[in-house]
Amino acid sequence: MNLPVPDGMNRRHFMRHMAAGATILPAMQFIDHVKANAQTVRKNQKACILLWMSGGPPTIDIWDLKPGSKNGGEFQPISTKGDMQISEHMPRTANVMDELSIVRSMSTREADHGRGRYFMHTSYVPNPTVIHPTFGSVVSYELADTRKDLEIPSFVSVSGNSMGPGYLGMGHAPFVVQSNGQIRNAGRSNETGRLGQRLAMLGEIESNFINSDRGDFPKAHQEVYQKAVNLMTSEQMQAFEVSQEPDQIKQMYGVTGGAGGMGMGANRFGEGCLLARRLVESGVPFVEVDMGGWDLHNDVFNTLRDQRLPQLDQAMSALVADLKQRGLLEHTVIVWMGEFGRTPRINQNVGRDHWAASWSSVIGGGGLKGGQAIGATDKDGIGIESQSYVPGNIWATVAHALGIPLDTVHTSKRGRPMKIANGQPPIAELIG
Amino acid sequence: MMKPAKFPMSRILSQGVVLCGVILMLSGSLATTARAADEPEFSTGSNEVLIKEIDQLIRRSWNDNLIKPSEVASDGEWLRRVYLDVVGHIPPVEVAREFIKSKDPAKRSKMIDQLLDNPDYVRNWTTIWTNHSIGRGFRTRGDRDEVSRLGMDKFYREVFARNRPWNEVVKDIVTAEGNFEENGAVNFILAQMEMPDEGVQLTADFTRLFLGIQVQCTQCHDHPFNDWKQDQFWSYNSIFRQTGKDIQRKYDEDSGRMVVDFVEVTWRNVDSQEVFYERRNGEVRPAYPVFNSHKINPAPHVDRRQEFGELLQKDEDRMVAAAMVNRMWGHFFGYGFTKPVDDMGPHNPPSHPEVMELLTSSFVESGYDVKQLIRWIANTEAYNLTSQFNKENEIDNPAAGEIPLFSHMYVKALEVEQLYDSLIIATNAHKTNSRNFEAAEQQRQRWLGEFITLFGDDENDSSTSFNGSIPQALMMMNGELVTRATSLERGSFLSETIASPGDDVAKVKEIYLATLSRYPNGRELSSISKLFRSSGPNKAYAYQDLLWALLNSNEFIVNH
Repeated sequence: MNLPVPDGMNRRHFMRHMAAGATILPAMQFIDHVKANAQTVRKNQKACILLWMSGGPPTIDIWDLKPGSKNGGEFQPISTKGDMQISEHMPRTANVMDELSIVRSMSTREADHGRGRYFMHTSYVPNPTVIHPTFGSVVSYELADTRKDLEIPSFVSVSGNSMGPGYLGMGHAPFVVQSNGQIRNAGRSNETGRLGQRLAMLGEIESNFINSDRGDFPKAHQEVYQKAVNLMTSEQMQAFEVSQEPDQIKQMYGVTGGAGGMGMGANRFGEGCLLARRLVESGVPFVEVDMGGWDLHNDVFNTLRDQRLPQLDQAMSALVADLKQRGLLEHTVIVWMGEFGRTPRINQNVGRDHWAASWSSVIGGGGLKGGQAIGATDKDGIGIESQSYVPGNIWATVAHALGIPLDTVHTSKRGRPMKIANGQPPIAELIG
Repeated sequence: MMKPAKFPMSRILSQGVVLCGVILMLSGSLATTARAADEPEFSTGSNEVLIKEIDQLIRRSWNDNLIKPSEVASDGEWLRRVYLDVVGHIPPVEVAREFIKSKDPAKRSKMIDQLLDNPDYVRNWTTIWTNHSIGRGFRTRGDRDEVSRLGMDKFYREVFARNRPWNEVVKDIVTAEGNFEENGAVNFILAQMEMPDEGVQLTADFTRLFLGIQVQCTQCHDHPFNDWKQDQFWSYNSIFRQTGKDIQRKYDEDSGRMVVDFVEVTWRNVDSQEVFYERRNGEVRPAYPVFNSHKINPAPHVDRRQEFGELLQKDEDRMVAAAMVNRMWGHFFGYGFTKPVDDMGPHNPPSHPEVMELLTSSFVESGYDVKQLIRWIANTEAYNLTSQFNKENEIDNPAAGEIPLFSHMYVKALEVEQLYDSLIIATNAHKTNSRNFEAAEQQRQRWLGEFITLFGDDENDSSTSFNGSIPQALMMMNGELVTRATSLERGSFLSETIASPGDDVAKVKEIYLATLSRYPNGRELSSISKLFRSSGPNKAYAYQDLLWALLNSNEFIVNH
């Protein structure tokens, strides 16, 4: 009987069930890791939150405005608390820009959604011989050993699927949840109290097969089930329950709707950011939050002004301020980016198309230097007038901030050595 | 290290005699347990000489490696395996019952023939090759999809229903042009053209899947482990450069936006005879369309894919045949003669070159008869052994990186379609659903779609039912599918079993047989009975918990 019946939320049910029937003693080998206080704040544990702008955001209208250029569009720049200006439709974020830096000279060559998504997440261009891990999987792989008491997954992807773990294996795949923290099939139905009985039977059948000399698979299967059961019944699952937050915090992120009285609906991205904060607070080292709707080939300015930017502004500023106020920001890196930027030229549909040659991403927290604009584009936003950067530079900077050695090398399934962040150096201005 | 000292022949023989006697007395099974290692006695009942030859060659490799094969699999274990491998799901409970009972010494070879004529044979192999060709996405026709699963399925359904010669099939794939639903063969090409990349993906996947080689290693440099040069990749690539893709869109009134009407593979005019590629040192070189030593006329007006297709159909170098043989062997054993099955070449010699050669030449002589190839493989002694290893073949463990010796069956995780279809069969849902085939099929596609979105990855054919992730375990434990399969509603498998005559032991046995294709052993029966006794007043819940546990077990989710 190898399957332990876990402790946690359902423990009371088990105990009651047991008292009533004195039934399943063989299965009740409680593993002894009851957490007296699952809400322990792990302030000094490093983490990264990736804000993923799915579709490719027009950074020329957000972070690197070109007033006076024919490419400049409809928005004006405003001053910020940092040493740079940003879009007038990002006023709240302007107030926290002393914590964040803008990298204005991203040049990433991949302007197709699939390829750009792959490149930005993995630091590698797509290649038929190998599937590279998304950086969340890298962090999970590298930091798993430092989070031994973490019962929930170490890489959570909110509202989107992120990308796969590649050669690092499914143990480091993103754990996908909705922005309200709901987990598919997490199984509250087992509150009927029959989980114990079921696991007892499962243990019987599985041990029989494990003991029949058929290699490692049967045991590996049992171990994953143990982890899943631990998860289902862990106190730490509370980290996913965004609804437990006080109203005032929910309002701050726009979860309850009405971004600053603008009559908008609930901000799902804000809810995802709030969930990310809860997860980081519980010790999860990497959280990705997806915000869609950036593929703005048409009507870019109205869409940004009325929808995308108010949501982004509220959620992003709330996340920075909230982390800061809890003392988590200095241990938590925030990265903001998408597949690519969008064309400086405005097309005939008042939209912008795919553009990877010169665009911006944002990074801050985790002890990195905030308040700077790093790199620069020319007056029309087309050329780069400084050192240019690729995703490997961003991820190397993150690795540095998280304490992952930059000479870390993984091995692909074919035995090829793969450097972390594709061997790129971190951005010097950020780590200073 | 002399064999005779290690395995005294007399001991093996005497044990063999005794054990055979006991087993024959008990069950009438054709199992022969411990046998003299160089004296094949096992037979499925097939008289084909080729099968004997393969058996002898494989036995020789056991002798050479000083190992002893595992015993022949029990009828239940073998039946479950051959069903999963040939028709894609576990055997229905009544088939398992009859097969285990039958005393016909040729029942295994007869079962193989029967399964090759089963309608699910066509469905299974269509699924397998559609997945190989376009991946598991494109489940339902999304209005932006530029690949049609429907079309690809239609193409392969005809291939396997008519058992078309494989070399012709490969030619059809490589020369395909036209509408993605009218000529479904084009979908292989379309699926590799999703991202604009000058046919790089198409080159890599075509050669890998249909020729069993990994030329993509030479995309950027000479092959590190053999003498393939970088121009090899670009020579293949130049063949595909005349491939174009045309997307026809239409306005969709419901959504108010443009959607894909249909997609075509078209002829694309190229002016140049060569493609240029860059050496690592920056030097730029040309490559011309060449397949092995066969040059293809590079003139712009010549259809290179057509020429290539004809060379593939002739298959003078038997690469098409060898690739299929190796992949097919790998399908049945979990490991081919090379690891992986699609990385053949001088750097990666096959584990059993003579078997590989014998099967390849026989496959060519048969006219690339896929069913015949399956029949040969499934009738071999090796395919009929148990997956339990013994003290004397523990080293035969390819999962640990060893060269496979096929002295026992290797455990494979079920593919996701096998899992779904087996759950349906185990719980008899196919019978209650048969009145409404379409609704059942829709439900199947919806579940597979959800599963693949959650767990699929970018590699076309690696979505097994179990990849070691927690969400999968959660889905099996708490998801809709298993909840439905273990329903106590009227007419469900469970409620019918509970209502049937017989005692608890008989019913527990029936549930085991329906799910694992075997009866519970004594130890299992006694602990299950104990759990039944302590399970509270509602007996139906105990049955439900047992079925839940069986469907969630490691034994259910593998083919072994």
